[in-house]
Amino acid sequence: MSYQYNGHTVEHDEEGYITNLSDWTKELADVIAKAEEIEMNEEHWEVVNFLRSYYEEYQIAPAVRVLIKAVKKTMGPEKGNNKYMYELFPYGPAKQACKIAGLPKPTGCV
Amino acid sequence: MSETKKFLYVNRKAPYGTIYALESLEVVLIGAAFEQDVTLAFLDDGVFQLAKGQNTDGIGVKNFSPTFRALGDYDVTKLYVEQESLAERGLTQDDLQEIMYEDEDDDWEEKPSIRIVSRAEMADIMADQDVVLSF
Amino acid sequence: MSTLHTVNKSPFANQSLLSCLGHCKNGDAVLMIEDAVYGALAGSGVAEAVKAHAGTVSIYVLSEDAAARGIADDRLLSEITGIGYDGFVDLVATHDRTQNWL
Repeated sequence: MSYQYNGHTVEHDEEGYITNLSDWTKELADVIAKAEEIEMNEEHWEVVNFLRSYYEEYQIAPAVRVLIKAVKKTMGPEKGNNKYMYELFPYGPAKQACKIAGLPKPTGCV
Repeated sequence: MSETKKFLYVNRKAPYGTIYALESLEVVLIGAAFEQDVTLAFLDDGVFQLAKGQNTDGIGVKNFSPTFRALGDYDVTKLYVEQESLAERGLTQDDLQEIMYEDEDDDWEEKPSIRIVSRAEMADIMADQDVVLSF
Repeated sequence: MSTLHTVNKSPFANQSLLSCLGHCKNGDAVLMIEDAVYGALAGSGVAEAVKAHAGTVSIYVLSEDAAARGIADDRLLSEITGIGYDGFVDLVATHDRTQNWL
């Protein structure tokens, strides 16, 4: 199973998470988002970039409640809440945002 | 949610020789969703898990030591490290990475999560738990 | 409030038994199972350390594991009590928590 774009082939698992984290590019993020039926805008990118920097620093994709708490702290309560996150990523920030960000599924997320 | 129980995760293995240390950390992260009163204990070779300066680039496994610094986000803020175990291994607290958490009840002040305790204090901590999980 | 500690590794392979004994509180119980039963042998290199704790801690060995390894009752330290699986269950039930020393 793989994503195809601009002549690139990127392997992913049965749920769509990419196999090799270093394969990630911004173009690939758009491709994954499209597969998730999400049109990436600035707000989506803000969350995706936040997740990537969280992973860079701590080597884990945060649990949803941790993500929301951290977003609330750095971007304010109007973004750090469930409603905002689920409007951006209807199937869940963990399931969709992490996938688009090229991260593994969050630990503890089934 | 039912009443809160005191959970202790006992870490006694070095980080990369076996899977115990990583498994423990994953269970802690998963278990954090249950909002219990969680404490981590590091003794014997477990103290090596918190050593600073770990670089696993050359051995092809993930360096999970930065993940300990995320524990505060998961409301895991009590990491007890046994002084005797450090000393037996020629280590001091300066050899351990710094792990901080923000205290919600104290205007989000940054405080250290690691607390060095004696073997006798560690025994008291173990005896004060509802559930002890060993790794 | 007391703890049942179980140990399952030979004391000649790692420090688990000694670390366990070093963290016991008065009135706790220690049960040696699997390869830890070698720690129950009289005259071994760890026998003195085990005996030193026998006054404040109750120390047991799982007889089935000892028998499997050819350790007869008369080879055990006199401070150590042999118990069966039913005794194991009783110990779990009569202590507030169980802590495994891997």
